[in-house]
Amino acid sequence: MTGVTAHARVTAAPDGSLPLLRGDGPFALRRTRAAGPWSQVTVVGAMSAPLGGDRLRLTAEALPGAALRVTSAAATIALPGRDGDGATYDTALTVGADASLWWLPEPVVSAARSDLRMTTRVDVADTARLVYREEQILGRAGEEPGRLVARLVLRIGGVVALDQELAYGPGVPGYDGGAVLGGHRAVGQLLVADPAFADKPPEAALLGGTAVVTPLAASAALVTAVAADGLALRRLLTAGAEHLGVVA
Amino acid sequence: MSTRRTALLLLADGRFPAGAHAHSGGAEAAVRAGRIDGPATLAAFCRGRLHTTGLVAAALAAAACAGCDPYALDAAADARTPTPALRDTARKLGRQLLRAARATWPAPELHAVAATRPRGLHQPVVLGLTARAAGLTPHDVAQAAAYDTVSSPATAAVRLLSLDPFDATAVLAGLADAMDAVAAQATAAAEAVLATGSTDHLPAASAPLLDITAQQHAAWPVRLFAS
Repeated sequence: MTGVTAHARVTAAPDGSLPLLRGDGPFALRRTRAAGPWSQVTVVGAMSAPLGGDRLRLTAEALPGAALRVTSAAATIALPGRDGDGATYDTALTVGADASLWWLPEPVVSAARSDLRMTTRVDVADTARLVYREEQILGRAGEEPGRLVARLVLRIGGVVALDQELAYGPGVPGYDGGAVLGGHRAVGQLLVADPAFADKPPEAALLGGTAVVTPLAASAALVTAVAADGLALRRLLTAGAEHLGVVA
Repeated sequence: MSTRRTALLLLADGRFPAGAHAHSGGAEAAVRAGRIDGPATLAAFCRGRLHTTGLVAAALAAAACAGCDPYALDAAADARTPTPALRDTARKLGRQLLRAARATWPAPELHAVAATRPRGLHQPVVLGLTARAAGLTPHDVAQAAAYDTVSSPATAAVRLLSLDPFDATAVLAGLADAMDAVAAQATAAAEAVLATGSTDHLPAASAPLLDITAQQHAAWPVRLFAS
């Protein structure tokens, strides 16, 4: 097996410091200027990844009372490897008591013949706040999509609040039919957890024909959107964020 | 496969009085949006629904039938159903099925669920408990759940589009191997849940358009189907 194995880590403390900021392999982590009272880290691609065969991990933690915003400098392009292996990309996010995490990377683009399995586990304390965005684009302009399986699990206070797995691309039955993506080439979610939702859950809302804001059974809300392209998708998710009163 | 074949036919029959005929499985919204307009698009819709919602429902049903904690399964179903309209529909169908099941295959387990959870459990969980009361196996009920996931939209499409019933049935027949595969996959997941005691082993396959359009459909002032 070929490919890169890498594990990048960031930890934010309540005094605004970053006691751990360690890039690895394709991830360079940069502290960037924040436009508010939080620490901001930007993930910069140091090499083309993920390629087939890569095993990538990204871990971020906002310690109790900390506020951390993570962005990325560019889209992540999943590309095929040389010997047909799939790639994995595991993200683990922890948000401690009274802490806040904004996780706002640029989209993942599934280039033709790529094969990527993404797993994101988010553990949020009962009193923590989270704004998490993920966007997936099926293929670069005019090409067939690669294969992507993306699982997102949110736990609040240790209890599973959301468990979703989206799969598309060659070999995934029915993904392009009217039940799943229906020919749309961009799909995304914005997940917001806020202890205030426990008493006052946000109202469900329709955002045009292809996006909704829905309160989850737990104290969190989800914006689900499909769109023709990444730009239209971002607009829908941003509208959803506004409806939920958060900045994304 | 259990030997109680007639009980399985009874449970999987669309005429079983559990109210499922009033639901289109998302087909009514898909027809309105032009995403289902004939046999080919119906087949693509059903295939996508089967491998997402259908797989999750089949695994929940198989796990409940195998004896996993129905309340933990219900919480896992909530986590896999981000749309409130679909959670409401699943609980409503669960209540209706429970009524029919308690009359058809009376069992203390079914009465206990009705007493502890008057708001109902997600329909696939109740389906699994019903199958257990009827003496069926987890694989049987996974098969029934997988079939139900595609027969609802196919039947609804006949009414919504005046689709030829022969064509709709041919769509279902064309999905037979896929339904068998989903039932096997769901049964294996249920076995893992039973062995580990963790619902994390349940599949979580999602269908964005079903989630989006279910919430839209629930807001329509006039509709033929409840979901």
